[in-house]
Amino acid sequence: MSALRFTKDHEWIRVDGDTGTVGISDYAQEQLGDIVFVDLPDVGKSLAKGDEAAVVESVKAASEIYAPVNGEVAEVNQALADEPAKVNTDPMGEGWFLKMKIADAAELDELMDEAAYDAYLESLR
Amino acid sequence: MDRSQGRKSRTETELDAVMTDDSAETAIGHRGLQLEETLSFEQGSPDRCGVDLPDPPKTGNRLGGLARKEAIGLPGLSEPQVVRHFTRLSQKNYGIDSGFYPLGSCTMKHNPRLNERMARLPGFADLHPLQPESTVQGALELIDTLAHWLKTLTGLPAVALSPAAGAHGELCGMMAIRAALEARGDSREVVLVPESAHGTNPATAAMCGYRVETIAADDGGRVDVAAFRERMGPDVAALMLTNPNTCGLFERDIIEIAEILHAGGGLFYCDGANFNAIVGRVRPADLGIDAMHINLHKTFSTPHGGGGPGAGPVAFSEALAPFVPLPYVVHDRDGYRLVEHADDASGTPFGRLKAFHGQMGMFTRALSYMMSHGADGLRQVAEDAVLNANYLLARLSPTVTPAFPGTCMHECLFDDRFLKGTGVSTLDFAKALIDEGFHPMTMYFPLVVHGALLMEPTETESKATLDLFVEAVESLAERARAGEVAYFQGAPRFTPRGRLDETAAARRPVLRWKEPESAEEAA
Repeated sequence: MSALRFTKDHEWIRVDGDTGTVGISDYAQEQLGDIVFVDLPDVGKSLAKGDEAAVVESVKAASEIYAPVNGEVAEVNQALADEPAKVNTDPMGEGWFLKMKIADAAELDELMDEAAYDAYLESLR
Repeated sequence: MDRSQGRKSRTETELDAVMTDDSAETAIGHRGLQLEETLSFEQGSPDRCGVDLPDPPKTGNRLGGLARKEAIGLPGLSEPQVVRHFTRLSQKNYGIDSGFYPLGSCTMKHNPRLNERMARLPGFADLHPLQPESTVQGALELIDTLAHWLKTLTGLPAVALSPAAGAHGELCGMMAIRAALEARGDSREVVLVPESAHGTNPATAAMCGYRVETIAADDGGRVDVAAFRERMGPDVAALMLTNPNTCGLFERDIIEIAEILHAGGGLFYCDGANFNAIVGRVRPADLGIDAMHINLHKTFSTPHGGGGPGAGPVAFSEALAPFVPLPYVVHDRDGYRLVEHADDASGTPFGRLKAFHGQMGMFTRALSYMMSHGADGLRQVAEDAVLNANYLLARLSPTVTPAFPGTCMHECLFDDRFLKGTGVSTLDFAKALIDEGFHPMTMYFPLVVHGALLMEPTETESKATLDLFVEAVESLAERARAGEVAYFQGAPRFTPRGRLDETAAARRPVLRWKEPESAEEAA
């Protein structure tokens, strides 16, 4: 079963078994503008929910990407080192940041599903 | 009315003709006095040289295998070529000496020429840092007098003058805080920083080995005191706050914040970047501050950047005074002397930040500014800076959307709601201001405001200049509302280069000059 969840800080996590792929939403990439640099964590690093998982730098600003849940970094998207633009062109697909082994699947329930996230975005506009 | 900055040098018709008429292309591509400027390496030629050097005497080569085999790679240029190259480059620059520069959070004020004259006096300019103290008594007195002014203006009892810039001053302040905490056996790990802080604040805290946590802002753009009270605990080493903050607002609750912090055993660092708004009016000591750096290039009119050395002195409270770094000047009946060693110090200095004593040229300029203004003059600086910012805020509020209600301090902050639905971004708007002959405001900072435009006029500017700027902003806003998106996206036009591809520059930076491979590439 694969489920997509969002945080209030505009990260998404797509769950597949006990692994989650993490990236930033289309709204987030649009707000950041052209992304020029992505700093990814080491594989094996354990992250608590809300910890800084990655750093993303755009022409406007540098921002942190936070871990949506507790877990351990299983894989990072090395392609972003050469082509950070992927975050802009395909934020929900090829522009993923990292995969993490989710410590406690129950934490996912605290995040928003797509409909709830859309409603949340609407409230920001 | 002085409109020298905005007066058209040609009629609209003439200008339109030049800008749109392709047949106006000149034979060699120059446009009158607007010349293309290639790099000195591209201008150089091996058959030219600016100096006549005598042939070296015939001696044996003692370099062995170390003798250079390739050409040294210096461009061959005549003296007039060099002079023209650098003069033309300087003409492409825009500085406070060329026009209005409302870059928020930077305090781009006029650098009085009196400062320059004083800094060039040989008794200050031609010293060697290792000269005997007896021969530099005047310079030491100047350093001591500057320290006295800074102590008086901040109300704080100690000053470190050696830090070389604002961020270096922050480092100095946080190192003193760390030293004070360690001296009492306290190993606190967290530094709290408000959302709207200057980027250097969290960087400094991290560099000092602290974990940075952010304190939210309230709806009014100030620190959320309840959130701060909630977070304050025995693990908090310090709070780093800017007052007025980067939204251009005075942190009204600062005394309460200081009390909560001190009651919890933390120390209070204040970023003095915005001191220009309160100098002579508010003493940081009275706000409960333990350490604050002062950017001499902002508040005290020494030049910004330009590759020269800067100065970011730090003032300290009683609690931190014993840890002030070396060296510092003391004064007794035998005259002035530098305390250079920890053994001679009255306290326990945390170390040394620079090889020597700080930037004498900046000290001289800053003291010249202080003494020529006097206490009343400095008070008026703050008043006029705040008045100018509020004038801009009031004049622009009907057109550009203010980020927060009410008055501001020395800078006024707008968001991009006024551009909503126009297709024009804050970036486009700033680029179009370049065509109007102004340096743009700070944009997209502070991050807490969407599409931020932060303007700091400083006390330097006359009402006439501000009116002209308002006129430019108003007419641009009008154009944006009229749907002239293409006009904005094509800006700037009246510059040697048009819109640069900032993204490509960041993603694929070219950091080294390469010889052009072909004629087309060179063109």
